[in-house]
Amino acid sequence: MIALVPITDAAHLVHGPIACAGNSWGSRGSLSSGSMLYKMGFTTDLNENDVIFGGEKKLYKAILEVKERYSPAAVFVYSTCVTALIGDDLDAVCQKAAEKTGVPIVPVNSPGFIGSKNLGNRVGGESLLEYVVGTKEPEFTTPYDINLIGEYNIAGELWGVLPLFEKVGIRVLAQITGDGRYGDIACSHRAKLNVMICSKALINMARKMEERYNIPYVEESFYGVADMNRCLRNIAAKIGDANLQQRVEQLIAEETIKLDEALAPYRARLKGKRVVLYTGGVKSWSIISAAKDLGMEVCATSTKKSTEEDKARIKELLGQDGIMMEKGNAQELLRVIAQTKADMLIAGGRNQYTALKAKIPFLDINQERHHPYAGYVGMVEMARELEEALYSPVWAQVRKPAPWDLEVV
Amino acid sequence: MATITTPRKSVAVNPLKQSQPLGAALAFLGLKGIMPLFHGSQGCTAFAKVALVRHFREAIPLSTTAMTEVSTILGGEENVEQAILTLVEKSKPSIIGLCTTGLTETRGDDMAGILQGIRKRHPELYDLPIVFVSTPDFKGALQDGFAATVESIVKELPRSGETRSNQITLLVSSAFAPGDIQEIKEIVADFGLTAIAVPDLASSMDGHLDDDYKTVTSGGTPLAELREIGSSVYTLALGESMRSAAIALESQFGIPYEVFPSLSNLDAIDSFLKGLADLSGLPVPEKYRRQRTQAQDAMLDTHFFFGRKQVSLALEPDLLWSMVHFLQSMGAEVQAAVTTTKSPLLEQLPVKTVTIGDLEDFEQLAVGSDLLVGNSNVAVVARRLSIPLYRLGFPVFDRLGNGHRCTVGYRGMMQLLFDLGNLFLEQEEAQAKH
Repeated sequence: MIALVPITDAAHLVHGPIACAGNSWGSRGSLSSGSMLYKMGFTTDLNENDVIFGGEKKLYKAILEVKERYSPAAVFVYSTCVTALIGDDLDAVCQKAAEKTGVPIVPVNSPGFIGSKNLGNRVGGESLLEYVVGTKEPEFTTPYDINLIGEYNIAGELWGVLPLFEKVGIRVLAQITGDGRYGDIACSHRAKLNVMICSKALINMARKMEERYNIPYVEESFYGVADMNRCLRNIAAKIGDANLQQRVEQLIAEETIKLDEALAPYRARLKGKRVVLYTGGVKSWSIISAAKDLGMEVCATSTKKSTEEDKARIKELLGQDGIMMEKGNAQELLRVIAQTKADMLIAGGRNQYTALKAKIPFLDINQERHHPYAGYVGMVEMARELEEALYSPVWAQVRKPAPWDLEVV
Repeated sequence: MATITTPRKSVAVNPLKQSQPLGAALAFLGLKGIMPLFHGSQGCTAFAKVALVRHFREAIPLSTTAMTEVSTILGGEENVEQAILTLVEKSKPSIIGLCTTGLTETRGDDMAGILQGIRKRHPELYDLPIVFVSTPDFKGALQDGFAATVESIVKELPRSGETRSNQITLLVSSAFAPGDIQEIKEIVADFGLTAIAVPDLASSMDGHLDDDYKTVTSGGTPLAELREIGSSVYTLALGESMRSAAIALESQFGIPYEVFPSLSNLDAIDSFLKGLADLSGLPVPEKYRRQRTQAQDAMLDTHFFFGRKQVSLALEPDLLWSMVHFLQSMGAEVQAAVTTTKSPLLEQLPVKTVTIGDLEDFEQLAVGSDLLVGNSNVAVVARRLSIPLYRLGFPVFDRLGNGHRCTVGYRGMMQLLFDLGNLFLEQEEAQAKH
């Protein structure tokens, strides 16, 4: 669901008991420039009878009701542990419902017990490949058409990057899936290049699209000046157009000047500050690069959800003394922070209170956050947030003992 | 008096309801040194944890037996055993709170048998209480899971002992926030009574800093106090859903009880204080006599803004009951009442109909009202309908301070009067300008 819910004009229907949707619907932090349908929580809300007698009929009716009342571009139907266990045939129901409604109904076989969030992402990618990609032709194509894969428009960060592509003349055919449209993804097989943003989550899509449609792919990151520059250069090089490459160089030159000016005051304040990074996958190296751009020192990072490639990159970026945390919990994290004498923690929302309770400055980097950090504008935003967190006047106050607890010397 | 309707449809749109295990987790979090454990797949725990973290803005201890495809087929005994042993080693909890989920209830794991087996194989766990509660996702709602958990706690942990004439037990439903429980504890203490609150979210989820880091709850009702509940002279059940737990204590230890379904309107608070005065044999302290006159004065000042206002409520049964009575006691009218689960209270509500439904139903019923009351998920409905929202219930993730909000007692009721009154007042001023 994490991978697919950002498709904004589709309805996302969870086939399962209330916990699967009721506890979490509407909480995905990706933003939309159009339809808000993806923010609605649809679920078959199975009761005891459904569990005993099977939920297929209810699911079929549910799909028809959703189509009737909300006219979605498509309906994604997610199976859960319970519906997988009672043996509901998701694919058959979806096929029948698609025939009846004339709307694409896409089954996603995603019961929680099959594995982690990463696997769920891949399952989502499989469904897109199987049922969506290649089902529609674009109105026109250009030699500069790319797909963005694995960018979810968290806090609207895509909107800080899309204008850059536009400026140099790169057309984003489909956004898979941040602020995405079903119809665009259906056309995405006509792109000239796939640009992977979160290297692990939807890698299967890029690989399969290369196999099936001969679309090459590159793995990039939007975080940090160096990475953003490299991303634009690589795309231009892959498309192989000298004019485009020239336009990219010009854009980079312009943006660099602007950025250096905007970042100068922050760089002075952030220089030499030590951070511990605790996040997954691509972010484990892309944020290091962003932090280095700001003159900060990353003394440890997690490699929990990283691939071997990610790890190699991290090693290169961290240097000799960097600590790579393979596995970690809150206690381990606090130990590393203490050991490295770090000034702050950059991590996902779930570790926010680990840091705050230990009175350590914190920056949220994951999907629940509210600030966009991608691209050049995002870099300034991140610098501002980091500076704000590190220099907040509260740290001295919350660490200060009460005057009556001070020992009389 | 009210007719209860359940819309006939196959799809829930924008659910109001949340699952029983989430309610169980919330109740468990009010015990000290506990580690709640969901017997299900990782996602069950992850969603519940995120919801709790967003609401309280606190680190939340919650763990999972991490059922996989294979263990679902073979049975979850090994997962439960491993999870418990790992938790004991790593977190050293004083209690483990174990609940089931939709997955393991569908599978039909024999939990009593599993726990017996673990007890037999691991005599070293003799001193570790494991409170078990059955909470299938496909039945009931958060309030039911919470109530079932409190019932399990009072059935499994208290021991009988000599009655102490000044000790009472407070059973507190999911309708009450940490700030409410704090206020109630203070009121009870002012009558010279010692209260054991179950669960005591006021000392665990109130947002406080500790000196060292713990992976289990750092506050809540301590195990030693839970053991002594059998010595209480009386049980005060706060919220109708606490009745079954109160009955459990009555049948086990012969402790009489009284249910107070609300503490947020003048009559309800009066009878609560009268009850405490009778129990303690002490007069109502001057402090509360004074507060009562303040509350009455606030009612006078605010009633202009409440009169004939149409309010639509999307709340769990206990909270719904409390808010309906509060609003009606101020002259406001209930336009729509949507709730999550069955309760004996619903039929007795002084409104025409109560809908057990989702926020799609609510959005249709609430058109044209002056105020909405519900959790943060109602905010999008409020925006679409251009009606102000007073946030209440769970989860409230777009407002700060949920650990300290108080809407009970004379003071809490006054806060409610001012908060809602200000919303009405603002609306009237905006309309006057047009």
